[in-house]
Amino acid sequence: MTTTTERAVGQPIGRIEGPDKVRGTARYAAEYQVGDDLAYAWVAQSPVARGTLTGVTVDPLVEADDVLAVLWHGNAPRLGAADDPELAVLQSDRISYRGQALALVVARTLEAARRAAATLSLEIDEEPHDCVLRTEHPDLYTPEKVNPAFPSETTSGDVEAAFAAAPVTVDVTYRTPPLHNSPMEPHATTALWANDDLVLYDSNQHPPGVAAAVATVFELPPERVHVITEHVGGGFGSKGSARPNAVLAAMAARVTGRPVRLALPRQALFSMVGHRTPTIQRVRLAASSDGHLTAIDHLAVSHTSRLFEFAEQTAVSTRHMYAAPNRRTGHRLVRLDMPTPRWMRAPGEAPGMVALECAMDELAVALELDPIELRVRNEPTVEPESGVPFSSRHYVECLRRGAERFGWGDRDPRPKQRREGDWWIGTGMAGATYPTMAQPSTARARRLPSGDYEVSIAATDLGTGARTILTQIAADALGVPVSQVRVRIGDSTLPKASVAGGSSGSASWGWAVTGACQALRSNSSSDEAVFDSTELVQKQEKDGKHAFGAHFAEVRVDAVTGEVRVSRLFGMYAAGRILNPRTARSQFLGGMIMGMGMALHEEAVLDPAMGTWVNHDLAEYHVPAHADVESVEAEWLEEQDDQINPMGSKGIGEIGIVGSPAAILNAVWHATGVRVRDLPARLDKILPHL
Amino acid sequence: MDLVVNGVEHSLDLDPRTTLLDALREHLGLTGAKKGCDHGQCGACTVLLNGRRVNSCLILAVTLDGTEVTTIEGVDHPVQEKFLEHDGFQCGYCTPGQICSAVGMLDEVAKGWPSAVSTGEDHLSDADIKERMSGNLCRCGAYPNMVPAIREAAGR
Amino acid sequence: MKTFTYRTATDVSQGLEPGATFLAGGTNLVDLMKLGVATPDVLVDVTRLGLDEVGDRPGGGLRIGAGVRNSDLAADPRVRRDYPVLSQALLAGASGQLRNMATTAGNLLQRTRCRYFMDATMPCNKHDPGSGCPAREGDHRNLAILGASPSCVATHPSDMAVALAALDAVVRISGPAGERTVPVTELHRLPGDTPDRDTVLEHGELITAVDVPPLGFAARSAYRKVRDRASYAFAVGSIAAAAQVDDGTVTDVRLAFGAVAHKPWRAFVAEEALRGQPATRESFLTAADAELAAAEPLRDNAFKIALIRNLVASVLEGLS
Repeated sequence: MTTTTERAVGQPIGRIEGPDKVRGTARYAAEYQVGDDLAYAWVAQSPVARGTLTGVTVDPLVEADDVLAVLWHGNAPRLGAADDPELAVLQSDRISYRGQALALVVARTLEAARRAAATLSLEIDEEPHDCVLRTEHPDLYTPEKVNPAFPSETTSGDVEAAFAAAPVTVDVTYRTPPLHNSPMEPHATTALWANDDLVLYDSNQHPPGVAAAVATVFELPPERVHVITEHVGGGFGSKGSARPNAVLAAMAARVTGRPVRLALPRQALFSMVGHRTPTIQRVRLAASSDGHLTAIDHLAVSHTSRLFEFAEQTAVSTRHMYAAPNRRTGHRLVRLDMPTPRWMRAPGEAPGMVALECAMDELAVALELDPIELRVRNEPTVEPESGVPFSSRHYVECLRRGAERFGWGDRDPRPKQRREGDWWIGTGMAGATYPTMAQPSTARARRLPSGDYEVSIAATDLGTGARTILTQIAADALGVPVSQVRVRIGDSTLPKASVAGGSSGSASWGWAVTGACQALRSNSSSDEAVFDSTELVQKQEKDGKHAFGAHFAEVRVDAVTGEVRVSRLFGMYAAGRILNPRTARSQFLGGMIMGMGMALHEEAVLDPAMGTWVNHDLAEYHVPAHADVESVEAEWLEEQDDQINPMGSKGIGEIGIVGSPAAILNAVWHATGVRVRDLPARLDKILPHL
Repeated sequence: MDLVVNGVEHSLDLDPRTTLLDALREHLGLTGAKKGCDHGQCGACTVLLNGRRVNSCLILAVTLDGTEVTTIEGVDHPVQEKFLEHDGFQCGYCTPGQICSAVGMLDEVAKGWPSAVSTGEDHLSDADIKERMSGNLCRCGAYPNMVPAIREAAGR
Repeated sequence: MKTFTYRTATDVSQGLEPGATFLAGGTNLVDLMKLGVATPDVLVDVTRLGLDEVGDRPGGGLRIGAGVRNSDLAADPRVRRDYPVLSQALLAGASGQLRNMATTAGNLLQRTRCRYFMDATMPCNKHDPGSGCPAREGDHRNLAILGASPSCVATHPSDMAVALAALDAVVRISGPAGERTVPVTELHRLPGDTPDRDTVLEHGELITAVDVPPLGFAARSAYRKVRDRASYAFAVGSIAAAAQVDDGTVTDVRLAFGAVAHKPWRAFVAEEALRGQPATRESFLTAADAELAAAEPLRDNAFKIALIRNLVASVLEGLS
């Protein structure tokens, strides 16, 4: 028997599927060969933001030899009631947003499907639409809860009295634009029916969830839907649940009796699969003259669609960041004739911490206090709103250690002081936080005749390194080298896993994997063990569990053009035990780079008259390119936390985008004296003030 | 029409609208080249045509009669091993395009081609690698790991 | 994408039947065909006409074949030595992959990236004459400040064309009616009431080459492009400049602006204002102001005036 001398967890093991990815043999949802009679589907999307679809006319001369079906609400099969109204595709004449799927063409070839969809005549009674988010909107309301189940409003103390009495206050409004997840792999499904069983090769972050949702819609027993998700080309939240493509592909396959592939075109992702809501956030801070916060007030306004209430939890991180005796947070929502917003990497925290952490920077300036020192002075001893002790909190250590590593110490606090050639140079910082969560999951461990082990769980690896990390966790729990462990994921028929979301994958799945492997190891009489973490997870205290971090940025702003470049971006994290430093570093860096996009580049541009975002492709919706990314580095503190899960790990997939935009914006101010409160900080907002 | 892919000749009867990318993925089963945008805006579909990197999504297959196409399935280059070593990818979807692009790019550097940030005759700096690779988007943000991978693959 | 028939061109002057169009690198045309914005019935492939050489002209200057790929042109030693502004403009555009595909003539003839034009479901006088121009009231941050019309505020997206306009390049054209030449500065039209026509080319006319005349001081020339991310993005504003400065005086100058108009904008007014003036920041700004006096910015693009003004001063200072 082989023995291990080294723990696998904590080792920088390379990605197990890496060789397949660099050779091009890793298969994604639209890449399965499923038979010679494969048909292709293409969606016809609404050209108006509001109205009714009264008819669809097919030109009989267009692609007549190849078109197999044209589906719309007038002829589509009736579906069962869906929990998510976006999955009730082609069921109603109502048009809720521009870009909504109104019809589906199925054809023998991709070329024919696309052409036929483009030439459908959609008969529409158009109605006036309303797509503009504003703080004075008469239909603003307070949602009952915000994502996923936080109270919408919290208050303690007397906020107004504290503001009236405070010697120093900041009252600022920050706006963040709608953002698009834009994973490199567009949402795609290959669907086929085998008798009454449905097989979906689908790109998503939660195979069991997609299987359940699709089963509900088609009124099938859940076990009759089989979702295969071997590799996922990124999701960032946009693939967290079934999207219309899965239902449309399955419907098309049922109607035509053929396997059907539906790969959404890039442009469709900008309306059909979710986005990050725009926000308008008012943050008010009151402080004593020595920099102790006496009141925090954070109100966030965002939109949702007519179809579905998604209430981004924008102000929630403000509830635990800083101590203050008087505090209030709230959310307002308005339903607009817009696509449904959904999760995008760190929903809530990412936009919310822009407003809070930039406001903190503004307060530090008003107080003439170093922004790190301001934060240190307001470090809470327990979670401020719940009163629950933190399971671990090393925010101050992140600030201090990060400042040291970044070289913050000799910073001149005054803006617009450093010039090198045409460049104004400045530095900025901001805090970061992300909740530490775990969700119930089940894993199975098997001893194979070869002596190796197979560990199965219906998780997914969308680039996080999950497949590799679960192998490491299993190896340690079994007490064997990783070479003896084969982890099977990406299949809804495996033991039920939670979603790859909320930075909770490793914690949730690792918990179940640990349990199953330990059970197998302790029972030599059986070759199989199954472990369901539900009970343990549910009895866990939920409050007081967070990862923390600090972001530091150095930017240069071109005095001639107003262009901003990020010379250095640095993150220091306290995120529990780091399970795999190689993949963890990549996760942190990736989040920070997406944060750079949020700060400087990314914005869905609304045309209110057209009722849509006009820059709906990757040429015009600018995600960071190679050349935008200069020095980006991440480090972390060793953090022990035995209250969170068996591995002691906190989620790391999202914290990198939390606070990094604020650090960059604060650095832009320091470089130029220009405070950009309306993201992104593009040159046209800076140049006129230089 | 005849298409030579990774040294193998294929006889195809294609709709003239078929792009090289769709010919590879839907007709030849070579799914290594990815469809990220289908409009030349992301680089995931990058392949080599007679050794030069191109966006296969914007090339009509019918125009290629006789041209040598190399896809990721036909690439065997040190940059692949370096991507593994440096964790130069996460989700992997842009990766075949990044690798084909890097292979083509290093050949351009060898020919002394300039870039927007270099004259082509000087040292291949990190800034130069980034500029030359900017036609390949990576939403996971694996850029900082790809740069040393490419630099080392170039033997620098 | 609409069905079409495909054939290869065998002669530069054979012209085109109605509904036909020439195909070269395809980087813009295939893109627009997929979007349903371009709907040709016939594609005539001109890449096998042998128009892919860069040659020396008798008496100096270069003749650039219409089919020369952008990357080959940018790397050409003569271009880099004698016309660095052209090499820099090419390298500032698109990506390595696209430059390997795109041709000289195709680059000149690429169409606007106005977001309304690029979306066949939107009204747009350029792709659907008479349907209106939503950009005027809608999204126009990156659209024209010079020479626009009530019908169209689109910009020409090319970087290369801006350099060629500054260099007094001349386009050689063949067609059934014979050959003719048109200066690059007169190839593209202003939109007026007929924004559906980008250029003065007649249907069936084919660009066969671009002649770049000798211009000694172009060896000191530069292209500066400003965009919303560091690379792989269309310009928000750009300038191409070449200057001859003797004893502190601007004796001759070439200046053109990109991303400000329906055509690459040759700054003749600024050039005239500069000749004979001291090579100082003040002169450069005065000249820029003279050119930009004609600007009529829309609600969200007035920043381009300051941007171009700053670029003129900065780039000319760098060349002086």
